[in-house]
Order: sequence, then C-alpha cells, then structure tokens
Amino acid sequence: MKNYICYSINNTLNQFNMADTEKLVEQLVTQHGKTRNSLLPVLQGVVREEHFLSDTAMIAIAKALNLSSADVYGTASFYTFLETEPRGENIIRVCKTITCKMKGKQQVIEAIENHLKIKEGETTRNKKFTLLAANCLGWCHKGPVMLVNDDVYPHVAPDQIVDILDKYC
Amino acid sequence: MKSKKLQRVDFIFDCAGCEPIEVVKKALKMSREEVVSSIIESGLKGRGGAGFPTGMKWKFAKDEVADTKYVICNADEGEPGTFKDREILDVVPNKVLSGMAICAYAIGSKEGIIYLRGEYNFLLPKLNGQIDEFNNNLSKIGLDFAVSIRSGSGAYICGEETALFESMEGRRGEPRNKPPFPTKSGYNGKPTVINNVETLVYTAMIINMGVEEFKAVGTMDSRGSKVFSVSGDTPKAGIHELELGLNVADFVEEFGDGDTKAVQVGGASGHCVPRKLFKETIIGFEGIPTGGSMMIFNSTRSMFNVLNDYLEFFAEESCGQCTPCRIGTQQLIKGVEQVKRGEMQSEYLDQLIKLTETMKIASKCGLGQSVANSFSSIVTNFREEMIY
Repeated sequence: MKNYICYSINNTLNQFNMADTEKLVEQLVTQHGKTRNSLLPVLQGVVREEHFLSDTAMIAIAKALNLSSADVYGTASFYTFLETEPRGENIIRVCKTITCKMKGKQQVIEAIENHLKIKEGETTRNKKFTLLAANCLGWCHKGPVMLVNDDVYPHVAPDQIVDILDKYC
Repeated sequence: MKSKKLQRVDFIFDCAGCEPIEVVKKALKMSREEVVSSIIESGLKGRGGAGFPTGMKWKFAKDEVADTKYVICNADEGEPGTFKDREILDVVPNKVLSGMAICAYAIGSKEGIIYLRGEYNFLLPKLNGQIDEFNNNLSKIGLDFAVSIRSGSGAYICGEETALFESMEGRRGEPRNKPPFPTKSGYNGKPTVINNVETLVYTAMIINMGVEEFKAVGTMDSRGSKVFSVSGDTPKAGIHELELGLNVADFVEEFGDGDTKAVQVGGASGHCVPRKLFKETIIGFEGIPTGGSMMIFNSTRSMFNVLNDYLEFFAEESCGQCTPCRIGTQQLIKGVEQVKRGEMQSEYLDQLIKLTETMKIASKCGLGQSVANSFSSIVTNFREEMIY
C-alpha cells in the first residue's frame, strides 16, 4: 500500500514562520552559550529542526552571537551538512566514493530516483525527501551505504529502497 | 628490508583483563613524568595517518605553562576507505575515554572534547550516556577531568588538526599556519593535545600492559600493531588488527581475492601499490605509513576510474584557502580527462606529476600536499590505463 501523505504533491510542511525560527535560535543560543564557539552547534540545531538555514535563521543567529550575518553565512556555507538551500524533511545521502561505487551505488541511486521521481541533488515536490551524493561515509566494508538523516543503511540493495523510505513518511 | 609475517593482534577490541577506569587508576599511581616517558619509550606513533610520536606530543603540552589545556580526540574520520574509528567508538568507547583521561592527567588538563564527524551522529545517543558515566567515575576516583562531544558537519578537511580547532571555534574549517603547533597554541589558543581515536586506545593499553609488551610487537620504526580497514575486492572486508611491518604481498595473500592488481594503502591521500611492488613494500613507517585504509582492486577495475574518483574527492574537499590546492586539484581532473580523450599527448601526464610536486611543496596542509602520493603512484604504475 502506498502511503499517500508521503507521495502527495501538495504539502504545507517545511514552512516555518519567522517568529518560530527566532524562538528556536534563542533557545539554541541559551543552550550552547553566547560565544562564537557555539556557532556550529547552533547552526546544526537549526538544520535539525528546519532542514536548512534560512536567511531569517542566519540573521537571527548573527544578532544573537553578535556577528555579522555575512560571517554566519560564510561559516555555514563551508560545511556540506549545513544546507543554505531549502531541503526536504528527510535528507538521503548515498556514498559515492570508490568502494561503494564498486559495490553498486549507482543502482541504489537509480532505485531512489525512480521511486521518488527526482534526480540526484533534487527535492521531491512535497518537500519530504532530498537526494544527495556524499563523500566516504565510513562503511566501505559494507557498501553500498546510504544515510537517511542520521540513520545508516549499510549493504543497502535497490529492492529495499521502497521499504526503507516508507519508514520516513 | 626484511618484513614481518602477517600476525593478528587483539589489543584494541579485547576487553579481558582491562577495565578502562582501572587503567586510569593505574596511571594516577604513576607520576606525570612516568606516564609521558612510558608513552615516549613505547615508540607509539599517531595512528591517524601522519605518524607523529605521541609521547613527544604529550611532553610538549605538559611542558607548557597555561591556565587551561585541552585534550581532543580526533574522531573526524573521513579518509576514503577508513572506518576503524567508528568501530572503536562503537565497541570500546571507554578505552578511548581512558586514553583521554590518562593524557589529561599527564599534561594537566581539565577538559576533553571528542570531535565526531557528522556522518557518525547515529553513535551520539549511546556515546553520550557512556561519557556521562565515565565522567562520573572519573570524579569518583578524584581526577578533575570531564569529556564532552562536538559534532562535525561533513567536511573532510576538519580532520586536519588546526582546521578542526577552527571549526570548534565557530569558523570555516580552514587549516592554520604551523607553527605554532597545537601543543603550544591549539583550541582557543591554549595548549592542546589532539590524538586520533585509535592512538588514544593504544596509550591506555601501553599503561595497562607495560611498555615492553607493546614494544615486542612491530618493528624498530613501527612499534606495535595497527587497526586496518580492509575494503574493495576482498572476501574479508572489515576491521583487522595486525602487527606493523608486514609487506603488501603477505597482506594480499590473506585478504585478496586471488586476482589483486593493486592495493591503495592509506586511502585517497595514500599510495597505490601495484602487483610488481607487493613484495618489497612494507606497511609501516619504514615503508608506507597509513591511517589504516587498505582498498584492494582486482584486475577488473580501471585504475583511471580509481584515480578520477580520488581527484574528484580532493577537488570537492579542498577548503579553497590556498591556490596550489584549490586550482591544482581542478587542473589535475581536467588534465587526466584530456589525456584520456586524446586531446592531450601522453607526455602531458609528466607535466601533471610535476604539478602535484609543486602542490606538495606549496600547499598549506596535508590535503594538497598528499595529492601527489596517489596521483604519481597510480599514473606511474598504470600509465597505459590513463592513456587508452
């Protein structure tokens, strides 16, 4: 059975209003401390909740930590996991490094692309999933491997994709 | 040079006769000088890949006078083909923590931090619990030291120690100039010992079993054993702890699939060893030092694809701060593709090797400097595959 919420086209999820974002930033800054050393944990906290760093979030962080917003953006844009573009609720990262390539990561990517009807680098229209390729994820002996958010799927086979992704709907 | 026979060792994952907190207690009974000199005498070298003598690092930090010192565990394992640190932190985290505590005692530090790569965030819930428990145990035995954990965000370069400090200080992970070295001015500008996960476990094991027993394993230049991450065309993919100083031929006999064409020792930034050099190449500091990544390729694999994959990796992960690395990595990809397509003469490969030599001299950190290793070893040994 297909999970209809998961594959519906219209979705109002992943829209955050300004006040919520500012509140989240305030909470994170209180938790991690008001110094520059807390910048990464704060950025990571926003990404965890909102899946990417909006301009609103980065400006709020800059204000809270007394930095320029350019400085916050400059730091965030350095890190692959600190997305500054809107992303889906669930981020799929398939390892593309040589050993996973040798063990069939391409078939895994194709299975995901067929299932979600998106290409590598794209987000589904309902903002549920984003598909990305990643450098070595540290599971070379059990390739191909994929991460969905923080969850690891070693030895992943193309025919398992539908079941795995359904769990995130 | 005579090589050692392949010998399996079990220091890291074996927990019999080793209660991590007891090992810390044992260290506390020694003087700080004795702890440092034991590690120096053991000949232990860093297991992250660079191979700096661990004991000397501890000594430099111990000799610094400062109000705050840090012990950092580098768990930003990102080298392609390496996965042993994840396994160590998953299976024996207490041994890592006891290594950190022993170091803290030796150098006089109160704060320890584990920098865990973002890709390993799934370890966090379990690890946080174990850290809390360990911190409690430390305060019970009277050592004023506590460990916390920080997550990375998907940048290979942050495994470079000074880039890691920059990242922890909330900046782009761009390596600093050295000197000053971390033992003088590291995290927050304070004296810092930064060790790889596996190195920290070995320091605890040396304190536990004694210097002599550790020194009995390995060779003059490469004391002890090493955890290898074996992957690629092998029926025995996984983690194997072996005595240092064996040659690639013996390694391939044990782990190869009978058709091994080449072994990449040390990941993308390491060296590629072709079949004809298996016998004479020793795995260890007298031959090819390695962080433990061993990727095995059989004769069905195209070494052009392997090289191209490594180059793309470097081009993506270069922090872009210094020109030789930023431009060099991109030009190398362009160059090998041009030669492959026949748009450039094969002699152009020699010019590209020269470019990697320039990068070795002129790049600021290990990333740009080590591109030459895989590039020249693959291009020299598999030249025909680069051209046809």
